[in-house]
Amino acid sequence: MLVKGTAHKYGDDVNTDVIIPARYLVTTEARELAAHCLEDLDVNFAGRVAPGDIIVAGRNFGCGSSREQAPLAIKAAGVGCVLAHSFARIFYRNAINIGLPLLVALEAAQGVQSGDKLEIDLEQGIIRDLSQGQQWRSQPFPDFIREIIAAGGLIEYTRARLRREGKLAG
Amino acid sequence: MPQTITEKILAAHSGRPEVHPGEFVSVRLDFMVANDITAPIASLEFEKIGVGEVFDRDRIALVADHYVPNKDMKSAEQCSIMRRFARAQKLAHYFDVGRMGVEHVLLPEQGLVVPGDCIIGADSHTCTYGALGAFAAGVGSTDFAAAMALGETWLRVPESVKFAFSGARRPWVTGKDLILYTIGRIGVDGALYQAMEFCGETIEGLPMSDRFTMCNMAIEAGGKSGIVAPDALTREYAAGRAQRPPVYYASDPDAAYAAVHEYDCRQIEPQVAFPHLPENARPISEVGEVTIDQAVIGSCTNGRLEDLRLAAQVLRGRRVHPDVRLIVIPATQEIYRQAMREGLIDIFLEAQGAVSTPTCGPCLGGYMGILAAGERAVATTNRNFVGRMGHPESEVYLANPAVAAASAVLGRLAGPEELGW
Repeated sequence: MLVKGTAHKYGDDVNTDVIIPARYLVTTEARELAAHCLEDLDVNFAGRVAPGDIIVAGRNFGCGSSREQAPLAIKAAGVGCVLAHSFARIFYRNAINIGLPLLVALEAAQGVQSGDKLEIDLEQGIIRDLSQGQQWRSQPFPDFIREIIAAGGLIEYTRARLRREGKLAG
Repeated sequence: MPQTITEKILAAHSGRPEVHPGEFVSVRLDFMVANDITAPIASLEFEKIGVGEVFDRDRIALVADHYVPNKDMKSAEQCSIMRRFARAQKLAHYFDVGRMGVEHVLLPEQGLVVPGDCIIGADSHTCTYGALGAFAAGVGSTDFAAAMALGETWLRVPESVKFAFSGARRPWVTGKDLILYTIGRIGVDGALYQAMEFCGETIEGLPMSDRFTMCNMAIEAGGKSGIVAPDALTREYAAGRAQRPPVYYASDPDAAYAAVHEYDCRQIEPQVAFPHLPENARPISEVGEVTIDQAVIGSCTNGRLEDLRLAAQVLRGRRVHPDVRLIVIPATQEIYRQAMREGLIDIFLEAQGAVSTPTCGPCLGGYMGILAAGERAVATTNRNFVGRMGHPESEVYLANPAVAAASAVLGRLAGPEELGW
């Protein structure tokens, strides 16, 4: 699975309040959330982002609240992948669960510049920066996380388990 | 192998004799909680799973606390969704207007979470319950949905980090100051994915309210959980309150920790966390001249009776500065009523403060005290990110209830000692 797009680079501690401010937590509509994605950090992001684009960040991306509307807003905005030095743990789980690809890659997060054209092989964890002619690898997911991703997210993973246990009709 | 208290709780709930940091385990859950922001998505995801019924009607609490009493039509619709789900599933613990409280104060008060429990909540401050000697962690709505179906969740066993506090607390120094000091030292990702274990003689001398405050803000250091080993105070708190039998765990003396931090509390002043990160903590003596427009006393961090008593002590016989709006929010109905009986509400009103029904309200920029561009608030809440309480050009300063009260009187950041103590 290849993600191709432009990098939008931010710093450390990009928190869930700036990713989707509380004043927008009265909706779960994807289009509405997308329209306000990253509004309090970069008011132009929602208008600028194109499908397949990549958010590149430093440490502790997604820190703060457990609001699932945060990865939902990013995914709804068309972002193909978030690449960071590190992720806050609740955001990490939420993104895996809803199928927003994340990559942990310190060198890439440092090396990529805003505006660079990237091509990312999610399966292999290879990040190609076409603008700089550079390439990096990301940290692989733990096996257990790969199972959830392979199943198509937590809901499908849970359904598969319940089916195996005979607890789901059909 | 020697185990920390967190490891013991996770081992007991995953059917293993012991667990090790980094392992993935599936834990049986004793209790779980969600609110009006997180439950609507969780209920929709739950329906997609297709089991029909939740795993146990008695082990799930849904609390209307964030935008409640509803601030607009959309918030009302979200509460409707949550309410319909609670009724359809016949949940035993559904808390609505007039019966609710801020979830992380309400659940311990009602004995719904007890020592030794393994708890998740669709709210990042679920870590609060660690003060009971339980494992408690925040998750998102989809994780919550799966947990409602299975009664279990997967966890990666965290490393434990020890924070040992010794020495007598200085005047006006509370659990809030100790945790702000800690986050100031290690940073907002200083305990990323780790279980923060608070111990030492100073912690043993902290009332339960302050222990809840400390564990509440473990998430602000990136922690997976916070915990205080149960002792006589914990047992006293649980007695007559716990709705299920408590289990008391303790760390083995030779358990392994990823790090040990030792803090001498004699050096710690009341703290104020400056915008826009909780790690921007400064001692009160170094805040300089910062005028404020609003003071908020409440939240899952500091909305308990002890917090209101502390604020009332500072405000008694005084008036809020004419340029400041004071908003006081008792965190539960019980706290509100007891505060009334003790005359605290009258002190707040006499001081020209506003007193609200329990709600999370302004803490997350919901309502009940939103800030305009250029405004500043001092708040006993837990986050001060950009736009947290309103306009992105507003500022939030985090502090304890006594500092918030003194600041409200003087119209600028100040400690109670400036009022003559």
